[in-house]
Amino acid sequence: MTRAGGWLLAAGALTLPLCLQSTYHLHVAIMAGIFGVLAMSLNLLLGYTGQLSLGHTAFFGIGAYTSALLTLKLEWSFWPACAAAVGLAGAAGFFIGRLALKLRGAYFVLVTISFAGVISLVSVNWIELTNGPLGLPGVPAPELGPWSLRTKTAYYYLVLAAVALSYAVCRRLVRSRIGRALMALRENEALAESIGVDVTHYLVLAAVVSAAMAGLGGSLYAHYTRFVSPEVFLFTYTVTMVIMVVAGGKGTLAGPLVGAVLFTVLPEALRAAASWQWQMLAYGVLLVALVFFLPRGIVPRLGATFAGRRR
Amino acid sequence: MAELLQHLLNGLVLGGTYALLGIGLTLIFGLMNVVNFAHGEFYTLGAYVSFAVLALAGIGFFVALVAAIVVGAALGWLCEVALLRPLRNESIDTTMLVMIGVWIAMQNAELLGWGGVAKSIPHPFPMAPLVLGPVAIAPLRLFVLVLAAGLIAASWLLIQKTKLGRAMRATFQDRDTAALMGVGIGRIHAATFAFGSGLAAAAGALLGPIFLVYPSMGDLASLKAFSVVILGGLGNLPGATLGGLLLGIAEELGAGYISSGYRDAVGFVIIILILLFRPSGLFARQERIA
Amino acid sequence: MLAVNDLAVRFGGVTALERVSFEVRPGSITSVIGPNGAGKTTAFNAITGYLRPTSGRITYDGAALTGLRPSAIARRGIVRTFQKTSVFPALSVEDNVLTGLHLRGAAGFLAVLAGRRRLAAEERALAAEAAEIIEFVGLPRRRRETASALPYGEQRLVELAVALAARPRVLLLDEPGAGMTGAEKVAVSALIRRVRDQGVTVLLVEHDMRMVMGISDIVIVLNGGRVIAEGVPAAIQADPEVIRAYLGGSAGSA
Repeated sequence: MTRAGGWLLAAGALTLPLCLQSTYHLHVAIMAGIFGVLAMSLNLLLGYTGQLSLGHTAFFGIGAYTSALLTLKLEWSFWPACAAAVGLAGAAGFFIGRLALKLRGAYFVLVTISFAGVISLVSVNWIELTNGPLGLPGVPAPELGPWSLRTKTAYYYLVLAAVALSYAVCRRLVRSRIGRALMALRENEALAESIGVDVTHYLVLAAVVSAAMAGLGGSLYAHYTRFVSPEVFLFTYTVTMVIMVVAGGKGTLAGPLVGAVLFTVLPEALRAAASWQWQMLAYGVLLVALVFFLPRGIVPRLGATFAGRRR
Repeated sequence: MAELLQHLLNGLVLGGTYALLGIGLTLIFGLMNVVNFAHGEFYTLGAYVSFAVLALAGIGFFVALVAAIVVGAALGWLCEVALLRPLRNESIDTTMLVMIGVWIAMQNAELLGWGGVAKSIPHPFPMAPLVLGPVAIAPLRLFVLVLAAGLIAASWLLIQKTKLGRAMRATFQDRDTAALMGVGIGRIHAATFAFGSGLAAAAGALLGPIFLVYPSMGDLASLKAFSVVILGGLGNLPGATLGGLLLGIAEELGAGYISSGYRDAVGFVIIILILLFRPSGLFARQERIA
Repeated sequence: MLAVNDLAVRFGGVTALERVSFEVRPGSITSVIGPNGAGKTTAFNAITGYLRPTSGRITYDGAALTGLRPSAIARRGIVRTFQKTSVFPALSVEDNVLTGLHLRGAAGFLAVLAGRRRLAAEERALAAEAAEIIEFVGLPRRRRETASALPYGEQRLVELAVALAARPRVLLLDEPGAGMTGAEKVAVSALIRRVRDQGVTVLLVEHDMRMVMGISDIVIVLNGGRVIAEGVPAAIQADPEVIRAYLGGSAGSA
């Protein structure tokens, strides 16, 4: 993407609320942004480090619950609560990272699913803390000084800032020595070790950053929908995240964002035409088709097409 | 004491079906190296086939079970031939993603076809429990236990004694040699996947009448199956059998003595603990190769 | 100096290495040869931390290496290549070597997130080093190509470049000539000499006798997991034990 293209995109994103017709469209944009953060977080682990985590909803949920509980029960302001959510989710990531250190591939996937399963069961059963299946309503909207970020427009800019921040973090990480170490782990772990890449350190780093970013997504979600329940642990969210990353292009910076926009806008656009179950069914078929026909995802394929045309 | 025995008995009934799930998956995951996240969906399929036969067609239980196994095996065969065979040389992550896709597609197809409301499968057994000394067991559950044991025994026989079973074991121990000896590798892979899926469907048909049938019942079944496979060691048939029984008993004891809300956590915790401390499973002999 | 003392590796009922002791003279090219199954790669794996020895000590400049992870051993300056071609397949040649320069960089997590100028300077320095190394192994025209797309011989050169990028003081090469044409082997031999001339100690495992005898200062012969001879190439070629090991009915069929 060229410099000019980047500026154009930024300008577009900044002025989007002015161009959109209704608050519904703004809602879609906000959800796309939140999922963009989630997809980017999963991409860090799956796309760059090469470890599939199907338990990312655990970090998302921990972030959401932490943020909600701190603002509801301890009356914290949004900003420290969000920071705490990021921190706690990151700590959970550290735990999983160290736990799963000896595990790769399918076993890592299983541990992440199990972890998410346990956390989900806790959220349902620990009623004193989480209110169980009834959930936590009335999560307050963030406040910036005297202003309440209650309106969709205001929240859009909050989410946009989070997306930009997450993207910047990912970009800096990926295009550095750290990114190279992560990709080395993905490409050939034995070789990576032989040239001095400390596997423990970098796997845990990837897990922590990935989890923390998902926690950010969770906090944003909680304060937007103003309600948190064990439904945040639904497997459909995991599936959606995976599709976004895999379809968008894992191991690319733009891929998860493209995937997030596509798979937030598309379901909303098709909502009238087809129910949610049909869409999920389509997702399943799509995933299979992607593996066969577009294994690297949309962004690399577009990149290759344009590169071909330029010559 | 009687309470303990009761829990153990209930655990055995559950465990028998978990063993079926585990045996199927240990062949697919352990031998074929396919991370079959759709395994639970074949379980669900079996339950729905059983529902269709019993509730809609009004035919007997045995027919329902057989139908479930046949449908499960047939769909399994199809999956292997259409989706897994072309990807056989790809990495394990690729097949994993494909099976996740199948998982999502199957579950939502069931959701669309049957609706999300849980269904109850009618069964011909009397409701009054049989009292055997200190314990009681519903006739349905006893029937399920007996059938599960029968299927487990049949599976063991098939793998150990039949030509197909020998061919399977040979293929997965040393594919090239088996091919040289004239074993049709493609057929063996398809047969193995079909066999595993058929067993999963059987488990669903057996447990369906005891519990309710709903589209997402397969999610937990998949994970519990993985739990059993990890517990017993990959590709280890007796391990999977024992592991299934252990899981069933552990769940019942946990639900009875600790908390029923966290019942499903037992499987998760097993996965985490075993993978951390004894990744080759409880029953595998320790082998340290560089 | 790399010293191996009484190294033994046993697994299950198999003894792969037994009472193996040798020292690698700094600045030399030392080769380890022996029939298939003699334990050569096992020794490499033990030295570089991919395998935990059953007993024995491996030291470098007096400090123990046994028990360290491969990445820690690499930090001490001991780097190896692998028997099977080992590159980072989806990365370009340039990125492969840049990754190899991992230990040369210092940027940590916080520095990466925050830093601008110092980070950029470090990256530029690393890119320049990578270019040098790619030049050294003779692949400047392949800089941007994906490693997995290169022909076999060139992939092995990429492998060598990645290992060199880690700035080893001792370089362990596992069958550098395997699968190569005669001309390629000559080129690789020349490269190995040039690496030694830069002050790197080279320890290599190899089957091609002409190559071994041509570049080695010292040759160590393993058979059945034991050292049966050690000396200059001429002496080894004349050693009756060695001849018997290769031609006679000795243990050690793979």
